[in-house]
Amino acid sequence: MRIGVFICHCGRNIAGVVDIKALVDRVSTLENVVYATNEMYLCSDPGQRKIQEVIKEFKLDRVVVAACSPKMHGATFARAIEEAGLNPYLIEIANIREQCSWVHQDLRKIATEKAFKLIKAAVAKVALAKPLEPVYVPLTRKVLIIGGGVAGIQAALDIANGGFEVYLVEKSPTIGGHMAQLDETFPTLDCSACILTPRMVEAARHPNIHLYTYAEVKQVEGVVGSYKVTIEQKPRYVDPEKCTGCGDCAEVCPVIVPNEFDQGLGGRKAIYIPFPQAVPAVYTIDLEHCLNTEKLIVCEQCYKACGPKAINYLMGPKEIEIEVGAIVLATGYDLWPIENLREYGGGEYPDVINGLEFERLLCSSGPTGGVVRRPSDGKIPKRVVFIQCAGSRDPKHGCAYCSKICCMYTAKHALLYKHAVPDGEAYVFFIDVRAAGKRYEEFVQRVMGTDGIKYLRGKVSKVFQRNDKLVVWGVDTLSGVAVEIEADMVVLALPIVPSQGTKELAQMLKAPTDEYGFLSEIHPKLRPVESSMMGIYLAGAVQAPKDIPDSVSQASAAASKVLSLFSNKQLALDPIKAEVDLEKCVGCGECAKVCPFGAITMKKRLDKKKRKYAEVNKALCQGCGCCMAACRKEAIQVEGFTLPQLRAQIYAILDAKPTKVEIKKKEGGNEDKTAIVKPR
Amino acid sequence: MAEKGKQTMEIAYFPGCTLKNTAKRLETSALGVAKLLGLDLRELPNWTCCGTCFSLAEDNLMKQVAPIRTLSRAASLGYSVITTLCSVCYNTLKQADLFVKSDPKRLKKINTFMEEEANYEGQIAVKHFLTLLDELGEEKIKEAVKHNLNGLKVGCYYGCLLLRPQSIAIDDCEQPQIMERLMKALGAEPVYFPYQVECCGSYHTAVHPEIVARRAYRILENARENGAEIVVTSCPLCYFNLKDRQKNIKEIYSGFKPMKVSYFTEIMADAFGLTKILENG
Amino acid sequence: MRLVLKKNDGLLKKIKAISGEDIYACYQCGMCSAGCPMGQEMDLLPNQVIRLLQIGAERQVLHCRTVWLCASCFTCTARCPKGVNLARLMEGVRLFLLRTQKEDHFSPQQMVKEPLPPIALIGALRKFTT
Ligand SMILES: Cc1cc2nc3c(=O)[nH]c(=O)nc-3n(C[C@H](O)[C@H](O)[C@H](O)COP(=O)(O)OP(=O)(O)OC[C@H]3O[C@@H](n4cnc5c(N)ncnc54)[C@H](O)[C@@H]3O)c2cc1C
Ligand code: SF4
Ligand code: SF4
Repeated sequence: MRIGVFICHCGRNIAGVVDIKALVDRVSTLENVVYATNEMYLCSDPGQRKIQEVIKEFKLDRVVVAACSPKMHGATFARAIEEAGLNPYLIEIANIREQCSWVHQDLRKIATEKAFKLIKAAVAKVALAKPLEPVYVPLTRKVLIIGGGVAGIQAALDIANGGFEVYLVEKSPTIGGHMAQLDETFPTLDCSACILTPRMVEAARHPNIHLYTYAEVKQVEGVVGSYKVTIEQKPRYVDPEKCTGCGDCAEVCPVIVPNEFDQGLGGRKAIYIPFPQAVPAVYTIDLEHCLNTEKLIVCEQCYKACGPKAINYLMGPKEIEIEVGAIVLATGYDLWPIENLREYGGGEYPDVINGLEFERLLCSSGPTGGVVRRPSDGKIPKRVVFIQCAGSRDPKHGCAYCSKICCMYTAKHALLYKHAVPDGEAYVFFIDVRAAGKRYEEFVQRVMGTDGIKYLRGKVSKVFQRNDKLVVWGVDTLSGVAVEIEADMVVLALPIVPSQGTKELAQMLKAPTDEYGFLSEIHPKLRPVESSMMGIYLAGAVQAPKDIPDSVSQASAAASKVLSLFSNKQLALDPIKAEVDLEKCVGCGECAKVCPFGAITMKKRLDKKKRKYAEVNKALCQGCGCCMAACRKEAIQVEGFTLPQLRAQIYAILDAKPTKVEIKKKEGGNEDKTAIVKPR
Repeated sequence: MAEKGKQTMEIAYFPGCTLKNTAKRLETSALGVAKLLGLDLRELPNWTCCGTCFSLAEDNLMKQVAPIRTLSRAASLGYSVITTLCSVCYNTLKQADLFVKSDPKRLKKINTFMEEEANYEGQIAVKHFLTLLDELGEEKIKEAVKHNLNGLKVGCYYGCLLLRPQSIAIDDCEQPQIMERLMKALGAEPVYFPYQVECCGSYHTAVHPEIVARRAYRILENARENGAEIVVTSCPLCYFNLKDRQKNIKEIYSGFKPMKVSYFTEIMADAFGLTKILENG
Repeated sequence: MRLVLKKNDGLLKKIKAISGEDIYACYQCGMCSAGCPMGQEMDLLPNQVIRLLQIGAERQVLHCRTVWLCASCFTCTARCPKGVNLARLMEGVRLFLLRTQKEDHFSPQQMVKEPLPPIALIGALRKFTT
């Protein structure tokens, strides 16, 4: 065996604490080590080249690199030794930076000793390493996208245009998400529907996109490469093949309820289409409000009115099973409930509204036909107060983060309000104006310079009703005066929070979330669109508050990740996976019980006794090692981290050797194997 | 009623200085009401002033000795609940309790200070009388009503010390309902007025009566604008500021019309037909 | 007027020791000032008191009326998004002044001559005198 050890200075990061020269000297004396050296930056090109040269010159068959965390450069060094002709698993990284020099800055001697032990352990472990080959598993090159907002639509189109099949699942009756509700969009003020609806139609018509609206993902099994997904489609009670979208049914429906799409500011019938350009353009009966129940039919108005006979009261929910290789999460956001802000009378006063409600009031296809009218009495508000950070950046309300988009949409609201009500006054309360985006600052400056729009720096403490006015108590901290404004309407920029149901979805997919429930990315800077759960990608506001350009960029980024995954026919997985030794396996099944990924199944042997044995599905196995700990026979082991390797590591660190193995018969007959370790 | 009361728990009652002085009406009416409802309030023997105004100094535990001594005495007499009628006493006792309890070192230190008392372990629940009534339930109150208040429009004024800081609040600190529930049970019609949680100026009445008058003016006018015929409170200081300062209001705002102000317990006593008790003191 | 800022954390430390409050938690949103019932009577708004302390302009704070007008109503404390207990901070400044100046802010003689509820008297004495 010929092991080479390479110790990195990492500039002064390691060398400033650990005595490198002494370390090299001591390491050289270790068993099997034929060469030991040090380098300023091993991860640099010359550093890697040095490793490769030494491998060739000294005919090394294994390598130990003592440097930073393997999370940082493990892959870099593995690739380097592979290029030099070694199997990439015949390397061990001793982390002497994060686990040594950084945490023992003032303890040079002890740090040097610890570094030596870590290297010694790595040498002992790598001596037992075996060459490993990647595990190839089948890859279903189809993708599931959950959420049909602008992010989901964008990701779907990109992947579909790349030539792969897409299942787009949307829980409401139409795709489009919140963007469909917006009037005009900052900073260009282009009409939201005008730019979105062509995309919606394109998605629906795309031959590679299977669109499931009014549907939810019910179950997901499996891992990257092959997920089995169950989609539940709620009954619309209208046959989408027959419905022409004429709307004759809604004309005659006697039930009127608030329209969710208009934030409840307008009405719709029990049979409805959320908005005229909805995709698919199919009507839906909302059974909760329809006079009929699942058991009893008392009204047939719509059925009678429907020319193509599309209505079917007997439709039931449908389950669809699909198989995909990757999943994009794009379930977007909700606004934080306005009722949480009691000091502003949220939920109490009808004219204290949220931003999306204001969008609907501005929108020419909205409930007021684009005339801004206040909900309480339909009057045109002549003085509107906008309150930014109404709940955001507010740890007391459990929302410490900045919602990022509200500075911009509030500026937009103030301007569009002035366009709609030229003699009206707009007051904006802000703590900071965050306008870091292309042309954003220019837009905000334009708004601030508009006659009739006043920006006041400070927060509002209280809003209350006086006759038919809303009294706003605020402050302008720049001038140092507390102010009172008698307003006709108050618009709150509420926090953006993950949409309802996202938490459960993330749990089902085992995809981690942050403390607010937004999906977590694996690396905030370098891998911002991937979940740490391999095969799950993030697009749009599901990850953090985002405006449309950011949501779309991220959706395209997620799509490109999926496309690069799909560029292979098979999925090459790291071979760090459980392996069963059939000689030792007694078929007790403990491993299958503890496996969190369901990767182990118990099979029957073909011999006469038909004894059982464990079999590992390599695609499902994540190499966590739970089985290894559970197996009493040491019959199942994770490659690259086998028990002999781990023991060798421990003995090396403890400077000990197993001296005796006692086998006691315990009551009940279980063997209890105890390895006694004595210091030398 | 009285028989039933026997089964209920004895509750320590801490009057505080003002109830034995300018706010006698609050005490008499409350005790009458409590008796009728079967709440067994027992005045703590040899209580001392709570200190008024919870001391906000982090570095001076001495200021907590007065309120904690009261709690300690109640505890050593075997009580588990102490009640007060005055909002200021409530706030001081409750905040002091939370303050010393929140840090075991503090609790130990204050117990050392109060050598002569039994150790206080934080076992006493400080409850305002309004909370006791709320726990008793609407039905019990309704049963006791003899003269329904017939839609009397009442503005419930909470002021500060029942609601803030949040850690001691007896109800939602922006839109409380606890007094409203009580008034409804009496047959009155509570009116919401936004100033019900706004400060009256408190102890500034001793040095800046004009500031207090301005505050009181806004509060009373706001109650009136919203339809109140009478304003009720549980705090003797608010009561003084809203009622006795009306003469100062008149000096500043000549058009000001008097507004009725009363303790919530007086209204209860009226509704329960206990007016006699009140008159006799 | 241009204020010369110097390093002087002494006062801040003392006020912190008395009040237990971290003034740097405040991000100057002004909500305290927007809702302060005494705001109209004050020379500095509550958020300005913190601001001046934050930047080290303590003289202004020690000479302002504001801290004496604060009525410990806790409105700011209840609403501050950052959880700053401003009522405590105000008391911190008051106590610092009372303890160092050895002089009461109001003597009992300066109080109104009319029968007052004991809580008003004791309250005022506790806030304005040592
Ligand atoms: C008042 C306001 C004004 C705005 N104005 C602008 C503007 O002018 N310019 C701009 O750039 N941005 C603006 N935005 C931001 C914009 O709305 C977002 O950037 C954008 O909507 C994010 O898209 P998304 O697809 O990530 O999420 P969403 O639009 O929220 O879409 C998510 C979709 O997923 C669906 N879904 C949720 N859960 C599930 C589930 N479990 N299963 C299936 N489907 C599910 C939802 O029904 C929805 O269709 C504004 C936001 C607000 C609140
Ligand atoms: S984006 Fe602006 S308004 Fe919204 S939370 Fe952040 S700073 Fe406040
Ligand atoms: S409310 Fe709190 S954070 Fe805002 S200025 Fe006042 S003390 Fe600072």
